[in-house]
Amino acid sequence: MSAVADTHSQEHHHGPAKGFSRWLLTTNHKDIGTMYLIFSFTMFLLGGSMAMVIRAELFQPGLQIVQPEFFNQMTTMHGLIMVFGAVMPAFVGLANWMIPLMIGAPDMALPRMNNWSFWLLPCAFLILVSTLFMQGGGPNFGWTFYAPLSTTYGPPSTTFFIFAIHIMGVSSIMGAINVIATILNLRAPGMTLMKMPLFVWTWLITAFLLIAVMPVLAGVVTMMLMDINFGTSFFDASGGGDPVLFQHVFWFFGHPEVYIMILPAFGAISHIVPTFSRKRLFGYASMVYAVGAIALLSFVVWAHHMFTVGIPLTGQLFFMYATMLIAVPTGVKVFNWVSTMFRGSLTFETPMLFAVAFIILFTIGGFSGLMLAIAPADFQYHDTYFVVAHFHYVLVPGAIFGIFASAYYWLPKWTGHMYDETLGKTHFWLSFIGMNLAFFPMHFLGLAGMPRRIPDYALQFADFNMVSSIGAFMFGATQLLFLFIVVKCVKGGEKAPAKPWEGAEGLEWTVPSPAPYHTFSTPPEVK
Amino acid sequence: MRVQTKGALPIVAVAGLTTPAVTLADWTMNMSPGVTDSSNEIFSLHMTILWICVAIGVVVFGVMFWSIIAHRKSKGHKPANFHENTVVEILWTIIPLGILVAMAIPATATLIDMYDTTEADIDIKVTGYQWRWQYEYIDEEFGFFSSLSTPRDQIENRQAKGENYLLEVDKPMKVPVDKKVRLLLTANDVIHSWWVPALGIKKDAIPGFINEVWIQVNEPGTYRGQCTELCGKDHGFMPVVVEALPEEEYNTWLAEQREAAQLERELTQKDWTMDELMERGESVYASACVSCHQSDGSGSPPAFPALRGSAIVTEDMEAHIDIVVNGVSGTAMQAFGNQLSEVDLAAVITYERNAWGNNTDEMVTPKEIMEYMSE
Repeated sequence: MSAVADTHSQEHHHGPAKGFSRWLLTTNHKDIGTMYLIFSFTMFLLGGSMAMVIRAELFQPGLQIVQPEFFNQMTTMHGLIMVFGAVMPAFVGLANWMIPLMIGAPDMALPRMNNWSFWLLPCAFLILVSTLFMQGGGPNFGWTFYAPLSTTYGPPSTTFFIFAIHIMGVSSIMGAINVIATILNLRAPGMTLMKMPLFVWTWLITAFLLIAVMPVLAGVVTMMLMDINFGTSFFDASGGGDPVLFQHVFWFFGHPEVYIMILPAFGAISHIVPTFSRKRLFGYASMVYAVGAIALLSFVVWAHHMFTVGIPLTGQLFFMYATMLIAVPTGVKVFNWVSTMFRGSLTFETPMLFAVAFIILFTIGGFSGLMLAIAPADFQYHDTYFVVAHFHYVLVPGAIFGIFASAYYWLPKWTGHMYDETLGKTHFWLSFIGMNLAFFPMHFLGLAGMPRRIPDYALQFADFNMVSSIGAFMFGATQLLFLFIVVKCVKGGEKAPAKPWEGAEGLEWTVPSPAPYHTFSTPPEVK
Repeated sequence: MRVQTKGALPIVAVAGLTTPAVTLADWTMNMSPGVTDSSNEIFSLHMTILWICVAIGVVVFGVMFWSIIAHRKSKGHKPANFHENTVVEILWTIIPLGILVAMAIPATATLIDMYDTTEADIDIKVTGYQWRWQYEYIDEEFGFFSSLSTPRDQIENRQAKGENYLLEVDKPMKVPVDKKVRLLLTANDVIHSWWVPALGIKKDAIPGFINEVWIQVNEPGTYRGQCTELCGKDHGFMPVVVEALPEEEYNTWLAEQREAAQLERELTQKDWTMDELMERGESVYASACVSCHQSDGSGSPPAFPALRGSAIVTEDMEAHIDIVVNGVSGTAMQAFGNQLSEVDLAAVITYERNAWGNNTDEMVTPKEIMEYMSE
């Protein structure tokens, strides 16, 4: 984003190359971070427009706009694009930009691999999105692609979907290796592990989660590939296989995956809240341990997504107890954030607004998560809109608000300009209202008995669906405002000082704004 | 208005599911207690955990809003300097743990109770198909399919929607009240999930495996639910309807069904005319074929080929029978040989060969189908 002359390095006097080859061949962590963020926002708009199609169809009972076949493709692609295209790359983008700046490293440890792991992503999504135009349509079996609906009964394009997932997995694993190598090897002298900024900590743990579970995802799609094309029967009962095996393997990936999408947000919020409270983060050590505990627990709770498949009673009880346990470290984090705010000196710039909304709304998502953990109650909640409400509450005001908060927080560092605060606050309030209008009524719909993934519904669900659609349209349209704010901030605006936030701490604020193309060629000293 | 409850107490659950279209404004916000002991226990678990969450929320958000209002820089508040407190941190780890244990105990008891499928009075096998349910009363030697009965015209907005829009079937599953009924759930193609909120039962129907659940309905009435596992294009169009009857009524119904099943078996031997087959075929087509191949036989290619003018349907009779009886493996075309009777197979094949301008004037009789299937 910035092409400012290098002020730190004596050896490297070159700025970035010009034109397209700069972006294609770059190994600079800031360029790659920028590309990840732009890619992620593009996917966010694409996945979001699919959500608009879904909400438009669900605006009223009856089939109006799309047929069920296409509706199923929309729900599937919306989920896949948001998870793999919007949320995960956004955090990788933030990691690329901020981890080297936060630990005083000159770049990521493996810059060429960094370039490769980014450029794989557009390829993967080109393949994935192209399936929509193939004969028989794109994936229509939900983002969880349960067999045998996705194998024996899947559309012909499923093989392309599998290939796209493989490429995304390779990209994620390489990104994770890079993050781990950078954090473990390139920290400035004096920065011990327990002095690392929390965003770095959460990303370190996230990266280990990625390395642990992306191969499992690759495994499960490979088994699908074999079932579809090579006559095996991993998931086909008539050939001696087991459809439930698919779910076990998928959710062994899938549950840690949901923490992959939230832990980096926890980290970012743990910087933003202290900054705008002008007070040190409460309980740094317990924050680190809590993230570690959540990550470990995430490996032993997968079957809570499968309470209705008929696992034995003892299994049911184990997964119920283990899942409930996650509430403890998650609670610790929330209590710590609130204690950080308590008796601080608070101001509410846009990053702080998003961070406070994050804490409140993520906690509500956590509450519904705790309710879902109660296995007998889950029999009523499972696969209804209550679940849709739950995971959108942890993903939209959780992951997405975390990303918005980070973007506003670090935009001055990236661009050298302050963003327009009034517009930023407008973006926040419209998003906040739209999001709650869209997703809160889904709790009621689920409790009243509306199953998820249906293109049409019984009449008693009509009112809240209409409210929800209106909220969704509002939230969706508001995101174009964010695009405008960022473009405006890149183009100009009030000059940002090296440390634009009064209460901010950390190495990233010791370099000028915008951050020069090369930073920390000589490592800073951390006391 | 609650036409379905048969004089039962107007239970909230039922009210929620049977409110007529005219009173569209139905802002139901909470779960309903239901009509089985299990569903009542689930409801009380749900309310307990909900209130616990509300209480925790009030405390946590209370402190937060206090800070937001009182500890603002604009009010001149100076930041304090504390950043850890071991006692507090241990306390807020231990107390939630205690709350969770208190919550886990009743949940465990309910779960153990729900898993006890022994000593059932009646067994019903429930099979999920794309996109309808089959109920087989395995001790009584009869069974039937239960398909959505909402007309296509209502779904496509050409007709006003009825009060049980999308929650009505041609033949509901019937059970007696106050008897322990065990359901054996499986599926024929993909995974489905059988859910009736008022009964507190949701269980996946998985091809190749059998899941067990039990219900004991306390109140006579009609209880409605839906498939809750994405199972393909008509996932939203395969409702579950259970009618709970007083025991005498149930026994009368049982006797009728047994008799009808016997008559059905005898029909195979009858000599059928073209008109009879066409008439029966039309109704079989409407329940078994129409969701994919459409009412005018146009299908939705490429997944669901057109039957109107199709070579198989207008030319080779042998191939036509084969595809209907044995299905096409790896596609959505199921093997209807084990779903439909010989009479229905003969009728629907005859119908397809003569409807929508496929005027072949050819017919196939139930006896011929029986011969074909015994080969």
